Amino acid sequence: MAQPSTDQVWDWLDAVPDPEIPVISVVDLGIVRDVAWAGDTLTVTVTPTYSGCPATSVIAMDIETALRDHGVRQLELKTQIAPAWTTDWLSTKGRKKLEEYGIAPPNPAGGPKHCPRCGSASVEKVSQFGSTPCKAHWRCTDCLEPFDYFKCI
Amino acid sequence: MADRDAFQQFLLRMGDNTLVLGHRVSEWCGHAPVLEEDIALANTALDLIGQTQMWLGLAAEVQSEGKSADDLAFLRDVWDFRNVLLVEMPNGDFGQTIMRQFLFDAWHSIMLTRLRSSSDARVAAIAEKASKEVTYHLERSGDTVVGLGDGTEESHQRMQAALEYLWPYVGEMFASDAVDAAMASEGIAPDPASMRADYDDLIGRILSAATLTLPDARFARKGGRDGRMHTEHLGHLLTQMQWLPRAYPGASW
Ligand SMILES: [Zn+2]
Repeated sequence: MAQPSTDQVWDWLDAVPDPEIPVISVVDLGIVRDVAWAGDTLTVTVTPTYSGCPATSVIAMDIETALRDHGVRQLELKTQIAPAWTTDWLSTKGRKKLEEYGIAPPNPAGGPKHCPRCGSASVEKVSQFGSTPCKAHWRCTDCLEPFDYFKCI
Repeated sequence: MADRDAFQQFLLRMGDNTLVLGHRVSEWCGHAPVLEEDIALANTALDLIGQTQMWLGLAAEVQSEGKSADDLAFLRDVWDFRNVLLVEMPNGDFGQTIMRQFLFDAWHSIMLTRLRSSSDARVAAIAEKASKEVTYHLERSGDTVVGLGDGTEESHQRMQAALEYLWPYVGEMFASDAVDAAMASEGIAPDPASMRADYDDLIGRILSAATLTLPDARFARKGGRDGRMHTEHLGHLLTQMQWLPRAYPGASW
């Protein structure tokens, strides 16, 4: 098999869903920092979102499985903690998908712009933490639905 | 090599603080007063354990005896732990848990901010990562201290009692010894004593908003970070935390 281009590998990785928020890919999440060939070995550099996030090891396994399924034989997964992951690295496509899924995307102002369900700007915080380390729990005071907000860090 | 020993001690202090507090906070899992608090505490514990993996991972690397972060966490005994006494104190009621978290978060956030400019790139990288999480912890514990302190008569009284109970354990976080002097002279970590003024400013502001009164006494209980004498509580905690890998050596998922 001819060596696939790094662009090709990025496309493959963009089809690997985040295990906890499957509407976005690991590429959308901004945790794949580099894809490079070193001779016959493909090196994929991944950074964790939160240092204790239990999804990190699942993500590494999913990336490995996907690339092996595409015929990559020699693979090295590197973990890199600096520079630290930031929600600035979420892709535009990822932000849009989060919102469609009902999760308000991160906002530098520190809270969601509007309710992902009805669009109302009347929202209030329920709790600084949500169902996963990357989310907080908010509520819309117009449609009264609770929703997740992807924390901005 | 004295400097490597000091570096190793420093890393154990950082990692044991987050390990012991992370375990303590995880004891609330399934027992918190409301679901949101349960989730918040579990997430805080998770962040702290994640940070522990980085600190103890680096400690093991520096030690270069082929040990892992897990070996350091699970196979050391009480006298080898280097956490401050504050983090091993029992959870008590929810107020005491939050007060302990706040008193630690305030120190932790100042420490990590300083460590971001450490002369050791590995330390700076861990601090950069952890400080984002800890900023969030401090925001939450600070808000909750204000909410409960300036809350009902009952919650106010409990928060004041928690502050008085935990206050003697604050001083140890700012104690300096030869390890700190070695770290400071190499630009790896700040002298903890140099952080006290920032700390007093920070907690003074929040405790005053919480209508709580800072105890007068400056007496500090010490002996955790140098391992000279832990409280009786740490041993009990370790029996819980360590029994599985000790009863079943090499067990894996
Ligand atoms: Zn709504």
